[in-house]
Amino acid sequence: MLDEKQLQDAVLTYVKNEYIDDEEEADELTPETPLISGGIVDSFSMVSLKVFLEKKYAIKIPDEDATPTAFDTVNKIVKLVKRFKEGK
Amino acid sequence: MAYSDKVREHYQKTIKEIREGGLFKEERFIHSPQAADIKVEYPEGSELASLINMCANNYLGLSSHPEVIKAAHDGLDSRGYGMSSVRFICGTQDIHRELQNKLTKFLGTEDTVLFPSCMDANAGVFEAILGEEDVIIADRLVHASLIDGIRLCKAQYDSFKHMNMDHLEQKLEMHQDKRIRLVVTDGVFSMDGDMAPLDKMVELCERYDSMILLDDSHATGFIGKTGKGTHEHFGVVGKIDIITTTLGKALGGASGGCVSGRAEIVEMCKQRARPYLFSNTMPPVIVAAASKVLDIISETTERRDKLEQNTKYFREKMTEAGFDIRPGQTPIVPVMLYNAQLSQDMAKDLYAEGIYVIGFFYPVVPQGQARIRCQLSAAHEREHLDKAIAAFKKVGAKHGILGLKKKEIIEKFGL
Repeated sequence: MLDEKQLQDAVLTYVKNEYIDDEEEADELTPETPLISGGIVDSFSMVSLKVFLEKKYAIKIPDEDATPTAFDTVNKIVKLVKRFKEGK
Repeated sequence: MAYSDKVREHYQKTIKEIREGGLFKEERFIHSPQAADIKVEYPEGSELASLINMCANNYLGLSSHPEVIKAAHDGLDSRGYGMSSVRFICGTQDIHRELQNKLTKFLGTEDTVLFPSCMDANAGVFEAILGEEDVIIADRLVHASLIDGIRLCKAQYDSFKHMNMDHLEQKLEMHQDKRIRLVVTDGVFSMDGDMAPLDKMVELCERYDSMILLDDSHATGFIGKTGKGTHEHFGVVGKIDIITTTLGKALGGASGGCVSGRAEIVEMCKQRARPYLFSNTMPPVIVAAASKVLDIISETTERRDKLEQNTKYFREKMTEAGFDIRPGQTPIVPVMLYNAQLSQDMAKDLYAEGIYVIGFFYPVVPQGQARIRCQLSAAHEREHLDKAIAAFKKVGAKHGILGLKKKEIIEKFGL
């Protein structure tokens, strides 16, 4: 079973490294920060996040589930990964 | 009636939402040729205002140049108005071939194919040359037309942080298992006016066996010692596999674009690029005029040199005046304001002072990075620039932003 805290940390770290240049902004990022509606990740760049999750957790997220809403916060992403990893 | 009340209401609601979101775009009617001085009717029905145009892509001031206009007339007289055909049926004239050859020579590539616009070139090129075994790795801030082209193609997609070479290298390393890698970038980025470090990118692409595509629409004709573009500026002429660019900006500003680069890539576009295959050919009048533009800029660098001087002068004076100017060397000069409302208020005040500029905010630029984008032209004389600088100072003082840095502007106006 996936450890939720570890999963959250991994996604948070990835988002910081992948999308944020400014250290101050990276420090301010929390699991509830809106990523797409907040303008941090644009919907097109979201693809690299999807590829990362699929590779790291050996899952396949169908395009219809990889919506900007489902990817909008780290916590939502965690939920999504758990759903496909554990069938929840 | 198929256009039912329900359908109408749906669109009315969407348009209302666009308005309420502050994203409604309006046309301003220009009653004169494109130039440094223009006459504008705005709002619709109002008296004409005489303005200095600081927001056109008329970088070389060739949009209404007498020699270009004459060449257009000659083209119209000798080759007619329309071709009523796509290129490969009966829409290719000798002057299309001639213009392609001139572009190839000017850009320092192997071959060139014309498209109705650079938007079409970008929409068509990816699908024509890549498949699902391949990967496109694009800078996060590339132009919307490149994103549309990438979406239309089956290749896998990834992106790297804007101009971050370490991040690009990570991505190139990660995608070594793909058949073909294609790195995609703008030469000069249209909103920030910054230049992609092509020397470093070419080196990385060589090391990781990747092709590179450059959209040089905001550079062709004036960046680099002889105006070839960003690749000339960084000393990598001949090393860019694919250049897409436009005839709709510095090169006369009418319309048309091209894919220029490796001979096989150009041939693949002729065989497979849908906007080339299914859209009308460029009209003779525009081909003839664009051809003249290439002659003018190949003969002398006078116009790009003047643009360079104008750029230097404007950037220096605006910085001295206390504006937060995004640093750079290109004629795209973003005056950073961060707050969306401030960008709109200042653009409106500048309009009243006789200066035509546009304020940009999210989603055209990233959240919290609203700005007024000024674009310089070789058509601007020193008096134009001095008037614009004086107006900026007056309006900047009114809003109390002169001398303020990013943090202070944000503290004062919020994001």
